[in-house]
Amino acid sequence: MRSSLIVRAATRLLVSLSLMFSIWMLLRGHNEPGGGFIGGLIGSTGFILYAIAHGSRAAREALRLDPQTIAVVGLGIALLAGVAAWIPGDALFTGQWLFLWPSEDSKGVPLSTVLVFDIGVYLVVLGSVLTLVLALEEEV
Amino acid sequence: MAAGQDKAPFLGGTPGIISILVPTALFVWFAQFVPQVAAGEVLAWRFAWVPSLGVETGILLDGLSLSFALLISGIGALVTLYASSYMGGHVHYTRFVTYLLSFMTGMLGLVLSDNLLSLFVFWEITTISSYLLIGFDADQAKARRNALQALLVTGTGGLAFLAGIILIGFAAGTFDISAIEGSLAEHPLYLPIFLLVVAGAFTKSAQVPFHFWLPNAMAAPTPVSAYLHSATMVKGGVYLLARMNPSLGGTDIWFWTLVVFGGVTAVFASILALKQTDIKQVLAYTTLMALGTLVMFLGVGTPEAVKAAMTFLLVHSFYKAALFLMIGVVDHGTGTRDATVLRGLARAMPLTALAAGLAALSMAGIPPLFGFIGKEFMYKAALDADPAMLWVTACTFAASALMFAAAGVVAWRPFVGKLADTPVKAHEGGVAMLTGPLLLGALGLGLGLFPDYAEALVRPAAAAVAGVPVKVDLYLWGGVNTALILSLATFAVGFVIYLLHGRLRGWLGGWKSRFDPGWDRLMDWVAAGAKWQTRVIQTGQLRRYIFVTFLTLAFALGWSVWRGGIWPAIDLGDDLRVKHWSVLIFITAGAAIVAFTNSRMTAVAALGVVGVGVALIFIMFGAPDVAITQLLVEVLQVVLVAVAMLKLPLLNPERVKTLRIWDLGLALIIGGLTTLILLAVMATPFDLTLTEFFEATSAPLAYGRNIVNVILVDFRALDTFGEIAVVVIAALGAYALLRGTRKGME
Repeated sequence: MRSSLIVRAATRLLVSLSLMFSIWMLLRGHNEPGGGFIGGLIGSTGFILYAIAHGSRAAREALRLDPQTIAVVGLGIALLAGVAAWIPGDALFTGQWLFLWPSEDSKGVPLSTVLVFDIGVYLVVLGSVLTLVLALEEEV
Repeated sequence: MAAGQDKAPFLGGTPGIISILVPTALFVWFAQFVPQVAAGEVLAWRFAWVPSLGVETGILLDGLSLSFALLISGIGALVTLYASSYMGGHVHYTRFVTYLLSFMTGMLGLVLSDNLLSLFVFWEITTISSYLLIGFDADQAKARRNALQALLVTGTGGLAFLAGIILIGFAAGTFDISAIEGSLAEHPLYLPIFLLVVAGAFTKSAQVPFHFWLPNAMAAPTPVSAYLHSATMVKGGVYLLARMNPSLGGTDIWFWTLVVFGGVTAVFASILALKQTDIKQVLAYTTLMALGTLVMFLGVGTPEAVKAAMTFLLVHSFYKAALFLMIGVVDHGTGTRDATVLRGLARAMPLTALAAGLAALSMAGIPPLFGFIGKEFMYKAALDADPAMLWVTACTFAASALMFAAAGVVAWRPFVGKLADTPVKAHEGGVAMLTGPLLLGALGLGLGLFPDYAEALVRPAAAAVAGVPVKVDLYLWGGVNTALILSLATFAVGFVIYLLHGRLRGWLGGWKSRFDPGWDRLMDWVAAGAKWQTRVIQTGQLRRYIFVTFLTLAFALGWSVWRGGIWPAIDLGDDLRVKHWSVLIFITAGAAIVAFTNSRMTAVAALGVVGVGVALIFIMFGAPDVAITQLLVEVLQVVLVAVAMLKLPLLNPERVKTLRIWDLGLALIIGGLTTLILLAVMATPFDLTLTEFFEATSAPLAYGRNIVNVILVDFRALDTFGEIAVVVIAALGAYALLRGTRKGME
């Protein structure tokens, strides 16, 4: 697919921006609007832009992994996050929290299986959307 | 079919050894309960099945289920041992034993279940695994067709049975068999329950007019035939009738239905048996005779009849399994099963002949074999004073005499006389193949000489079927009485039939059964009907599909509005501000452009406008997460459709004007109805329990302030997991589909 130089140059910037934006959305999701689903959508939009400007082959190379693989790996991560609740003997998919360096003012840096789960969702959405879009691009 | 006994690894290798050990272990395990059950005890285990719905299931081990369980596991062990040699060299041997073991699992579950629902699950497992077994030689069209026939006939009956089960649940208030109190005969639902259950039982046990699938099931490899026919599958229906006898039996309709259909099946099948030249087919038809007889005696339902039925159940299982296995040995050793060809095999295959002889003597009902006792007790039960029993006596007599002749055809003629030429030079089978027939044949003799041992099973089984204790005293010699005289007459008539059977076969040869061709015609009709409705409904025009879908939706919505009497007061009120009106106009404008434009690209973009407008609404009402998602999905959708559109063929975008008017009308109707329903929904007080719960608990319990996200990843994480799994599956499916079309085009 051919496109103008301006589009190609602009997308290079936009893609990295939208990827960073998507990860920011993913991480803030638990307290502010955002989360894995939205983050995944934003991230995939970035790659789609890239695919439109540079062609789907280039987008696949930039991804490094097959989008299907990303989706399936995401599903696996989400499952692991859910199953992790078994280790302390909780019911499946119960969130496990760990607060690093707590202090007087704040609870500390939260690490949780919930975040891992959200990352899984992110990857699933990203992978699935890209699977579809790239296949469509190559197909038609 | 008898594939490479010589290449077969010892006992079929690992899969073979597993397949032999499992039923053997089960048999030993079940056998330990015989003394307890013989003493009249009923063993039951209960465990939760769907605890959230309060559904329990259980294992019920009484005389009836124990007898069946022993037959299933015992004959199962012999059959798998036999199959390890008969099929051991087959490429798909592992698959074969897997099917066989799943069949066994289904059958054991069926007879052991105390819960009708779990019983049904196992019932269907036997249906499906027998489908796989009958169609095992899947490269043969005949095997496929016959497997499908068995599946459809027994599967349809299974559905009827399921409906019957549900009605029983209503009528009795429980699905637990042991908890059904007394008889359901007085219940208003009795007739439909009876008909549905009997439909299930009759199709499974191949009673006339559903008998035709069973001889066709002979397309299966011989060990399967032995298993399906002797111990198990086809007796599933008999088991069901026996099991339901205390709650459904004892009525006039029960008596007449079972007695008439059973009797007709028994006599009709034994006549057809004599027509066959393939000895496996002869046996298949005699199985029908046995099933008919069992059904008939269960229909009679007196303690004497139940006792006779349970005795005959054992008798038949032993001799029929032995004979089927024997036929496999003969087929293997000579290369043919044609009764008109086989002669004098006793010299070449003495052990096979011995097994065949023992089993056939039992089948013919000749003393001192177990079969004699079975027949004797059937006559005793049939010679009841009731005039209705004349029919039973006549059917039993006719079927027994024909059976005597059939036994001669199967196991006397092929073995006596001068050794005939066969495709393969006749030779004896191996140890693994001969163990089963010899052991089962010997059992027929042993239990005939010492019938007391059989009583241990027959007594509790008869008690379970009758619902009350039954006095069982089996003996070989009961003095000279009417039953014995009838037996002697049976031998005489049977002997005459045997002498004439060659000529009879000639006469019967011209007589064609109409059931099986009728089945094919029925299938043709079904296929033609399917084609017709496909032509009418599946036009292949996407536009038409969408129109029909939305038309259905319009009817559904309209129906709920009409039924619900939803006519909310439309009050625009003061809440509507300029911003609301602007969004409304924005969305309407987008929709109007979609409807009126002639350019696909414009339509796609305008559709995006609608989506953005909806996102705006979400933002206004404080749902930023949903709004963002909506916005992103809209963008993606526009991009996707645009990408797809680039390469779509440029059809004439001018749509037909009249069609557009229809679309417009439908769209207005759906829009109006949806609005009505939404207004009605909004008018009802909104249940805030959940909202309040999530608001109150999301931060302290899940450490998150974004409730939507907390719900997604914490409170309802399992749901989310299910959803993302669906997303992955859908994406992979679509990917495969796109790849497939591309390959197709290349």
